[in-house]
Amino acid sequence: MSDKARIELRPTPHIHAPQDVVTIMRNVVLACLPLAGWAVWQYGLSALLLGITVVASCLLTERLFGRAETLRDGSAVITGLLLFLTLPPGFPLWMGAVAGITAIGLGKMLFGGLGMNVFNPALVGRAFVQAAFPVAITTWTPAFFEGRFTSFIPSTLALPFTIPPETAQWAGSVAVDAFTGATPLALAKFEQSLAPARDLFLGTTAGSAGESSALLVLACGLYLAVRKMLDWRIPVSVLAGAAVTATLFHLLDPARHPDAGFMLFSGGLMLGAWFMATDMVGSPVTPKGVVIYGLLIGAVTVVIRLFGGLTEGVMYAILLGNAATPLIDQFTQPRVFGERRS
Amino acid sequence: MLRLFRRKTFSHGIHPPDHKAETAALPIRRLPFPEQLVVPLNQHIGRPAVPLVHKGQEVVRGEPIARADGFLSVPVHAPATGRVRDIRPMPTARDRLTPCILIDVYEAATQEVLWHYPWQPEEMDRQALVQAVQEMGLVGLGGAAFPSHVKLSVPEEKPAHTLVVNGCECEPYLSCDHRVMVEQPRDLLRGVRYALRATGAKRAIIGIEDNKPDAIALLQELAAKEPDIEVEAVETKYPQGSEKMLIRSLLGLEVPTGGIPLDIGVVVNNVGTLAMLGALLPKGEALTERVVTVTGPGVRRPGNYRVPLGTPIGFVLKEVGYEGEACDFVLGGPMMGPSVSDLRTPVTKGSSGLLVLDEPAVHQESRPVWPCIQCGRCVNACPMHLNPAMLGQLAAAGEYDRMAEKYHLADCFECGSCSWICPSNIPLVQQFRVAKQWLRDQAERKRREAQPATADPQPAGEPGKEARAA
Repeated sequence: MSDKARIELRPTPHIHAPQDVVTIMRNVVLACLPLAGWAVWQYGLSALLLGITVVASCLLTERLFGRAETLRDGSAVITGLLLFLTLPPGFPLWMGAVAGITAIGLGKMLFGGLGMNVFNPALVGRAFVQAAFPVAITTWTPAFFEGRFTSFIPSTLALPFTIPPETAQWAGSVAVDAFTGATPLALAKFEQSLAPARDLFLGTTAGSAGESSALLVLACGLYLAVRKMLDWRIPVSVLAGAAVTATLFHLLDPARHPDAGFMLFSGGLMLGAWFMATDMVGSPVTPKGVVIYGLLIGAVTVVIRLFGGLTEGVMYAILLGNAATPLIDQFTQPRVFGERRS
Repeated sequence: MLRLFRRKTFSHGIHPPDHKAETAALPIRRLPFPEQLVVPLNQHIGRPAVPLVHKGQEVVRGEPIARADGFLSVPVHAPATGRVRDIRPMPTARDRLTPCILIDVYEAATQEVLWHYPWQPEEMDRQALVQAVQEMGLVGLGGAAFPSHVKLSVPEEKPAHTLVVNGCECEPYLSCDHRVMVEQPRDLLRGVRYALRATGAKRAIIGIEDNKPDAIALLQELAAKEPDIEVEAVETKYPQGSEKMLIRSLLGLEVPTGGIPLDIGVVVNNVGTLAMLGALLPKGEALTERVVTVTGPGVRRPGNYRVPLGTPIGFVLKEVGYEGEACDFVLGGPMMGPSVSDLRTPVTKGSSGLLVLDEPAVHQESRPVWPCIQCGRCVNACPMHLNPAMLGQLAAAGEYDRMAEKYHLADCFECGSCSWICPSNIPLVQQFRVAKQWLRDQAERKRREAQPATADPQPAGEPGKEARAA
């Protein structure tokens, strides 16, 4: 060998696990795509355009705030996709863009970018538009309406800063059955009528773009869990927390409060548990903390759903969980090997 | 199936690809002497040895050329017959420059050891055994290079009940301990008996990772006749070979934080060390060579080689037909072994491996550092159950005091599991090292200010290093 060998001093360890941030992000994007695809299949062109708008606005905001290289980590794409999945399919595109800009700008970049955000950016965006456009965010449209691949939901193309047109009449005209425009959760809350578990599971009920098929969410979430891209203890404890709380109230007053099965599979709980609560940045790192965080989110979701003014509580429950994370981490520091229990 | 569930192990840890297949099946071969040996005076943890020879003096293989300086020190012996060229600072893996004895090896020098101690192992009592171990210059060959006689001297008031023999070899790439167990099982068992006698321990357990079934089977068969020696398989997981982890796996005991195994009545020795003891003591010979795993991309004849101490790694590489494009030369394992800066760097008592890693093997260039995304993988990897994510953030903020006071920085033994698994490629271990050094400097400064009159401070042993994974 030559004496002029290039020698570099490297710190230990000299080897490294193959997975890095980009691999993880790429896999999460991959796992979100079937959900987005299902939404497009359900709601057609409007959903497709909304998805593209939201993701593009997220990427553009990241580009404007950050440097070009932070785009490559893929986290902005995830935020965009997840945000899209939480919006009603007929959400006006300009409002979708506002949500995307808020999600990345307010939820992520203001805190310092990747890894610094306190809250899940997608949910920050969603919370912002929930407050800003309370009507549009709760205007649901029927799935599988005729002509969904040739025409738009009327509200989709509303001009910026205008009030989107009323869709109730349109919805009545395209729906196969009588469409009430209410989600299963709203029906349960205000009319005490429960959607059949099968419909909830397969995702043929009304709701946000990505929250309707529990089965699909479960499958995609499991893929990530198996590939170790998400901490399975989080969704499991979120769902456990929700199930236990729901059962408790159901036993107290079965007539008023739906059972655990309905709670688990309706609304955005599945999506939230597998894809939102598991956001690594906003969740605790300690083994005990992760479980406490999950249980907290599950329980708060059910409490908001049953007693709050809103029909859905997952978003605020997760944001609350995010806020509690530093505290939870603080109090659940693991016992160090060899430390005496005191 | 049941065996799987009963597998002895510790919690947390990582599973890096082991890369042992390239060398594990190859018998140990002997390397010739280089033209010149570079024999450092501090190949061990503790005070450097004091030279007994002068420039131009003739030395024979096995002869002491430097004496131990106190109890926490060991002597150094001539690895080959030749003439002392010089005593001067040379680069070694431990430091940029450390004093070394340079020996010009005679061209006709034989492998025969020409200098012997008059030991009668069967007649030795505990104290004599410990002294002989020090005289032969034996240190932990697993990589820590902590003087073996210090480990084997058990004080009356703190008796040892169990001798744990570490045959894990959990570092990827390395297979020298594996080969020694397979090729020198009788030397190993003899060494274990000496160690049992020296420590007064009632029993010995040889713990071997279950990726070495041949070594486990062979030693179990031979140890069947020895009532006080057991052989146990432990899970293949890094850092199983760290003494605290292995004690936990085998005995279910935890060494208290800040303590040493003897605090709970356990003495840990590496298989390579005890096999060397078993081989050398009856012959009255000193430690002059060791088995080194030489492997990595570009090494044409990878394998385990018996290398005279002081052989420059450039010579070793030439002998194994190395012609690669490596950039990272590691003495030891890839998880804890130091990079060397110079091909004149010698193989020393603590060098268990010589790894040649090229760009694809380490691929760090293509690995940008991202911010911590709080994924918690490091927390679930740390065998000491620390919170490397939090420590890393505090280190980045320069809050070294808080790292030590609240987050148990001192318990970190730099196994590298957190850095290995971090998807953001944050050099956590490196940050912790900087923090520890800063804290040591602070403590030293405070000590100096407290007693300004003290001259020549005693260099403390580095207790943290004892726990290094073998």
